[in-house]
Amino acid sequence: MAKITLKAVEKRFGDNTVCDGIDLEVEEGQLVCLIGASGAGKSTLLRCINLLETIEDGEILLDGEDISLPGLDPQPVRRRIGMVFQSYNLFPHMTAAENVMLAPRRVYKKSRAALRPEVTELFERFGLADRMDHYPDQLSGGQQQRVAIVRALAMKPEVMLFDEITSALDPQLVGEVLDVLRLLKESGMTMVLATHEMGFAREAADKVCFLKNGKVVEEGAPSALFVTPKHPDTQAFLARALK
Amino acid sequence: MTKTNAAGKTRRQIYEDRLRRRSMLIAGGSTLAVFLAVVILVPMAPGWDRVKASFFNWEVFAKTFPKLLEAFKLDVAIFLWSAPAIVILGLLVALARDTRNPALFPLRILGAAYTDIFRGVPVVLTVYLIGFGIPGLGLPRPWNSPYIWGSLALILTYSAYVAEIFRSGIESVHTSQRAAAASLGLSDADSMRFVILPQAIRRVIPAQMNMFIALQKDVALLSFIGPVEIFRQAGVFKSLLANFTPYVGAAVIFLAVTIPATRYADYLMAKQNRERS
Repeated sequence: MAKITLKAVEKRFGDNTVCDGIDLEVEEGQLVCLIGASGAGKSTLLRCINLLETIEDGEILLDGEDISLPGLDPQPVRRRIGMVFQSYNLFPHMTAAENVMLAPRRVYKKSRAALRPEVTELFERFGLADRMDHYPDQLSGGQQQRVAIVRALAMKPEVMLFDEITSALDPQLVGEVLDVLRLLKESGMTMVLATHEMGFAREAADKVCFLKNGKVVEEGAPSALFVTPKHPDTQAFLARALK
Repeated sequence: MTKTNAAGKTRRQIYEDRLRRRSMLIAGGSTLAVFLAVVILVPMAPGWDRVKASFFNWEVFAKTFPKLLEAFKLDVAIFLWSAPAIVILGLLVALARDTRNPALFPLRILGAAYTDIFRGVPVVLTVYLIGFGIPGLGLPRPWNSPYIWGSLALILTYSAYVAEIFRSGIESVHTSQRAAAASLGLSDADSMRFVILPQAIRRVIPAQMNMFIALQKDVALLSFIGPVEIFRQAGVFKSLLANFTPYVGAAVIFLAVTIPATRYADYLMAKQNRERS
């Protein structure tokens, strides 16, 4: 059974259909990359999986359990699915460590003292050991984004969603964030990544999905999709993206 | 290499120094001109001597000022017990208006009606209606005190404004912050308490300070329903001495408090604008 299964997911904003019958399967431990032009529906799809948006039709299953059931309490689901955003969205009035500890403190009712060791370990793992007590505006974009990843990980999610997390970064900072993703993949985390980093998708993804106008046009292993794309839209997109 | 003169300045610095000297000269000259005009022209008005005697009488000023200062303590006291109540009530009303829980919908309507009504009625009318109306119910002492009901009128009026400012602060926090909090599995209440409110409150502190400066002045409205605070005390002296100087004294005391507070609020506002840009 797949970790995440999307069946004919449909999302509309008014008359604008953003996800138009999307089917997708993400196996446990897989890294799936969503590629496509801006506005293709990648970000919205991730927000739907995290229940930040409700879907009009279709089903989203987590471990075979329907999490898109209307009326379902979204909070327990969100604890199992971590999300990282393009603009980091750190809480600016808290230090990095406080950002990370807030949700475990409130949701799992753990004390700061009890959390400190494991949070320190997470910061060390991602090269942020000396940044724990800094405020977000004292950190570089790459550091902020890594703190945001640590913040999501502190909830011990089963799945991580990444929404174009390197798009707001200076080119020389992209690498340090991608390294974090490689580390996570090694640890066996199930991940879905909306990205414009074709090189990374090609090298690290288990599966790549090309989206256009809210539909999955083509999907497959990166070795196939990047080398011998079948659909003319995929070919056109890649020709431009890989230039 | 940059060309420099004997003083080691670049030609740009020399040019800017000259500009600065010139604009200082113009500013100084025009200020002096306006000041001289006032000092020379006002005393030429036909009624100046009478105005001077009845508004700027030094003897009356020196005699009444200590008593006015004494009476001002009451204004400060009324301010001090009203202000915390206003902060709390204002915050509660702002939160009530933000609630999305359908069970709390009546609270939302009530919040909206409350802010509409109390922002729509002149403060002095509210002071009259509550300050005379409620003790008129024949309540036993101390519940017929104008201090209580006058303060309540101020609290109700100012909470309405303060609530709206809090609400604008809450709405100014970007939705991505709520999304981030939700994605971590935080409840709506926790997200409000730990993520949204701390940012919202910080942003509206300068605006709220201006409200409390206004409150400090409006405490004088309570004089209409009884308490002998500074404005009423000045009125008593005016009748006693047939001279308006006590009012000027009261104004001086108010200014001594409000000008530094206003400057401080402006400073905070400017600091915040700098940080945001």
